[in-house]
Amino acid sequence: MALFSLPGIKISGISAAVPGNSESNAGYQWISVRERESLMKNIGVETRRVALKGTTTSDLCVAAAEKLLDELQWDRSEVELLIFVSQSRDYLVPTTACIVQDRLGLPHSCMAMDIGLGCSGYVYGLSVAGGLMQSGAIKKALLMVGDISTLTTCYRDKSTYPLFGDAGTVTALEYDPDAPRMHFNLQTDGSGHKALMIKDGGARNVMSRKSFDIKKIGKGIYRSRLHLELDGIEVFNFTLREVVPNIKKLLAGTGESLAETDFIVFHQANRLINETLRKMLKLDPAKVPYSIREFGNTSGASIPLTMVVALKEPLKTGKTKLLLSAFGVGLSWGTAIVETNSICIPDLIEV
Amino acid sequence: MNIEEFIKHIEAEFDDLKPGILKAESNFRETFEWNSINALILIAMVKTEYDVTLSADDLIKSKTVKDIYALIENRKS
Repeated sequence: MALFSLPGIKISGISAAVPGNSESNAGYQWISVRERESLMKNIGVETRRVALKGTTTSDLCVAAAEKLLDELQWDRSEVELLIFVSQSRDYLVPTTACIVQDRLGLPHSCMAMDIGLGCSGYVYGLSVAGGLMQSGAIKKALLMVGDISTLTTCYRDKSTYPLFGDAGTVTALEYDPDAPRMHFNLQTDGSGHKALMIKDGGARNVMSRKSFDIKKIGKGIYRSRLHLELDGIEVFNFTLREVVPNIKKLLAGTGESLAETDFIVFHQANRLINETLRKMLKLDPAKVPYSIREFGNTSGASIPLTMVVALKEPLKTGKTKLLLSAFGVGLSWGTAIVETNSICIPDLIEV
Repeated sequence: MNIEEFIKHIEAEFDDLKPGILKAESNFRETFEWNSINALILIAMVKTEYDVTLSADDLIKSKTVKDIYALIENRKS
């Protein structure tokens, strides 16, 4: 079972960057005004940041990292691990993390790699970074998590276009033998891999001329095989089935409790999913922060982005215990329990 | 648990639905605007109130409020 605890890892800072360009769902003319109102109220997305063509996820993450490294006053030569978690990489080949190592001026002694996960990326990334660091050989690491999802959504697909926003984040991690343990429960069910998918362009279905043909899938839903497709009901039911037991198993395994947790930060899937989870766990709304109204579903970036925009003060000024729960594409999901102590959080960056 | 209570739960979730209009025999696709968001709202309510999961297939096969209620009753027991 992928339920484990990692000692010796401290979160030193979190920074997030979003595109300056904003789109409002009130003006999403592909659907009726009535549908837009229902969308904004129930799915919970009013505005989304949309990257202009040519801006990549790594551009956002690098901007976030430059500011965080400056504010932390880290010596870049000491960063020996860089993980880039994304499903929107710069190139098919090579790995984006290698390019970022050079752009940020990190040393050649730095180990760098990509992890190709989406919604669940933050908790998975934390666990991989923590696992690599716990021996104490690597003292400082950067975990980048983000996506430009708007590049692969079709304007004429009401099931995806008004949902996603773009963001890039970076979390600075340090080896600290006195740090409280981080706890993880990570899971996978690949039988649901078709619920969120881009069909063509990989090795299974090599890109062809037909990949670009836009077809009608349903009412208000048109897309090509290079666009992201999302089976809303399938993902919704997966989430309602798996997330609460995953959290409860981790709490039972560690002796932690929701009552002693200051904040429960969910992946910002959509408001209806998240509110249903909140009610299932009987959580006080004040303990469950959101960023979806202003930024949409920002894939793997949604947890650190929510921490930056909604929990900045408590995270900067004192100790907090957080439960982070992420779920989605894969299907892949997991929970992390982490404690923070006065961490560095620069203001949200616009690129 | 009874069907009147189930109808009250539905009325509580959908603002546009005036109380008293929805009946056990009502075709839910005709009584209120049916779209994917409303389907999610119904699924969420059934999960929170009854701890029962409705699939896309369940909704396609159901026609009336009574049909959905029967599914819930079935899975509850």
